[in-house]
Amino acid sequence: MSLWYALVDLLPFEWAVPGEMLFMKNALLAVLVITPLFGILSTMVVHSRMSFFSDALGHSAFTGMAIGALFGSREPAWAAVLFAVLFALLFNVVRRRSALASDTVIGVFSSTAVALGIFLSTLNGRSFTRFNALLVGDILSVEPAKVGLLALILLVVVALWLVSFNQLMLSAVHPALADSRGVRVFWQETVFSIAIAVVVTLSMTWVGLLVINSLLVLPAAAARNAARNMGQYHLFSVLGAVGAGIAGLMTSYYVGGSAGAAVTLYLAVWFAITFFIGKK
Amino acid sequence: MRKIKHGRLSSGCADSCCLKLEELSVKLEGDSILEDVSFHLHCGEIVALIGPNGAGKSTLFRSILGQISGYKGKITFSPAGGPAIRLDGGPVSGARPLVGYVPQAPSFDRGDPVSVLDFFTAATARWPVWLPVPAKYRARAAACLARVHGEDLLDRPMGGLSGGQLQRVLLALALEPVPHILILDEPLSGVDIEGEQQLLDMLDELRTQYDLSIFLSTHDFATLGRFADKVILLNRRVLRAGPPDEVLSSREFHETFHLRMGKGGAQ
Repeated sequence: MSLWYALVDLLPFEWAVPGEMLFMKNALLAVLVITPLFGILSTMVVHSRMSFFSDALGHSAFTGMAIGALFGSREPAWAAVLFAVLFALLFNVVRRRSALASDTVIGVFSSTAVALGIFLSTLNGRSFTRFNALLVGDILSVEPAKVGLLALILLVVVALWLVSFNQLMLSAVHPALADSRGVRVFWQETVFSIAIAVVVTLSMTWVGLLVINSLLVLPAAAARNAARNMGQYHLFSVLGAVGAGIAGLMTSYYVGGSAGAAVTLYLAVWFAITFFIGKK
Repeated sequence: MRKIKHGRLSSGCADSCCLKLEELSVKLEGDSILEDVSFHLHCGEIVALIGPNGAGKSTLFRSILGQISGYKGKITFSPAGGPAIRLDGGPVSGARPLVGYVPQAPSFDRGDPVSVLDFFTAATARWPVWLPVPAKYRARAAACLARVHGEDLLDRPMGGLSGGQLQRVLLALALEPVPHILILDEPLSGVDIEGEQQLLDMLDELRTQYDLSIFLSTHDFATLGRFADKVILLNRRVLRAGPPDEVLSSREFHETFHLRMGKGGAQ
């Protein structure tokens, strides 16, 4: 971290004074780790039409937090990760076995998870307000250890992308064609949804449940407006996410307001720009 | 009649490669989809599968591709002069024959940022296509597309291709590596007349060049006689199989498509 602090201290900002405003410097580093992570995952969320699914995962993460809190766990995030992974696994199995349309299955899962979360968190007449922090999120509360964890996850996701992006893309395009070429479609989809589950759950505390799905949809949605191939698609998605992340954090610092929401608004602007000047 | 390299319809299969389906029955969720389907498919032969919607054509293809577990009956493949190999599902490996598959045109949105090169490389190489694709893979994809006269499509987005162009890209993919059996699910739907002729010529070229069996489904009865060596009329079971003119003039064909064709529509 001291290397990072030394580096940031070179920046010409009022908060970049040596030895002070460490929370802001932590937050900036967290943004630089989280945004590429979302930029990468976003490409497949949009390409395989999973934006509703990732939204449902966010809800299940909240339920996991409520369960964790109920059992008095000090780190309810781990209970939430476990719950979200189970949710993703169960969803994939049910979707495969059921004749229902995928969005109907998601609707069933999502509403069940939310209802369970609200019910558990308000048991014995307790107030829901202590979960408000989760809904909005606070990037300034991020600790160096958590940034390290997120950086580790970024490395894992990049490795996953190196090894299995091709299979994942083929599975999304045409499952039977992918299968005929030896791709194990079910496992590809399952591993990917687990990756989303873990990332969404662990970053929810800082980004906020209400806007986290926009980070999984907007970067690639904007990139799609302009990209002609997979290389450009990833480049625009990651650049857009990182740019909006930095701009959102700065805006939030100087004018107040939630950083997560500010990042989302910048991404929406990025989407509008690519929409109007993108490929015809 | 065209020349067939070997395995004339009526002859035995002793010295030609042959895919055999014997009394294949498939039930999905309690419904019987296929019953007692038996036929042989020889190499160098183009066989067309016809039947109404819901006749089980796609299920039959998926059984051969090993994507359906728990069917009854036997699917075996005998290479020329060699022992039969049983196809029991699972990924393609070792001695199993390669089955090339051209699916019913998958839907690409116009805006999908997938170029033909991306698609091709993703399906044939380990190189992750979100990184710039090296020249080596580019050259290989171009060579494969050249087989179907589609080299110029390499940098086009998949969503911007016409029906005929998309079929050609999918065909090029199914031919890499060159399979023993090539399955095409309704390759002529969504293809204009010019594209259709181009595709049929290409299939004819391929079967003589690589001596592979081509098995395709179609609703286009008018062209059957021009390219198919054999037609199989399927409606859960094989109602009729034989040369195109024989099947098209059969009582079974008229009964099956009576409403669809109108009076005297199938002359």
